[in-house]
Amino acid sequence: MLHIREGCYQFMIQDALRRLPNEACGLLSGRKNLAESFFAMKNTEESPASYLMDPKEQFHVMKHIRERNEEMLAIYHSHVASPAYPSSKDVQLAFYPDVYYVLISLQDRSHPVVKAYRIQEGKVREEPFKVAPEESR
Amino acid sequence: MQIVVNGKKEEVKEGTTVATLLKEKKIMMEMVAVELNGAILPRSSYAEAFLKEGDRAEFLYYMGGGNLNE
Repeated sequence: MLHIREGCYQFMIQDALRRLPNEACGLLSGRKNLAESFFAMKNTEESPASYLMDPKEQFHVMKHIRERNEEMLAIYHSHVASPAYPSSKDVQLAFYPDVYYVLISLQDRSHPVVKAYRIQEGKVREEPFKVAPEESR
Repeated sequence: MQIVVNGKKEEVKEGTTVATLLKEKKIMMEMVAVELNGAILPRSSYAEAFLKEGDRAEFLYYMGGGNLNE
C-alpha cells in the first residue's frame, strides 16, 4: 500500500490549489512505498482540462530521484472541476503500470478529495493509501 | 559493448541504434522521450542515432492526461 508523508500530502494539495484555474501535476518519490519527496512539475499545457509534463524537466527529476536512491512512486495531477477519477485521456496516457496515479479533485475547493489508482492495460483500480505522520527527529 | 540505460549498465550489440534499442525493449517510439548523453533527441533521429561504448541513454514515457470533459 502507498504511504504518503503528511508534508508531501499537504504540499500536493496546496500545489493543486495554487495552480488554479489550471491543472497541477507532479511526482512523488521514496522508498518501499513510502513517498517522502515531492516534485511539482510544470504543466506545459497550462490548461484547466489537461496536463503534460516537460520531458526535459522529467529527465532532470528522474535522475535526481535516482541519485537519492529513491524510486518514482506516484504521478499526481488535479482535476479542477470533476471527480478524482482518471479520465479516458488519463488512462490512455498511463504508461507506468507499477506507479500510483494520484488524483486530486478540487470540485469542492474547501474540501479537496485525493484518491490513488493503479492503471494497468487500460484498467483502473482504486488503491487505498495512508497519510504517514512526519517522523520526529 | 556496454552502455548505460536509465542509470543501469547494459550490453548491446555493435550497430544498435536508439530505434532498435527501443524496439528490443518493446517500447513504442511515439510514447517516449529519449536523451542521449544529456541531449534530448528528436524522434526523427532515433533510427540514425548509433550507440557507442559508454553512451548514456535515458528514456521516459510522456506523462500527461486531464479531463477533456471540463
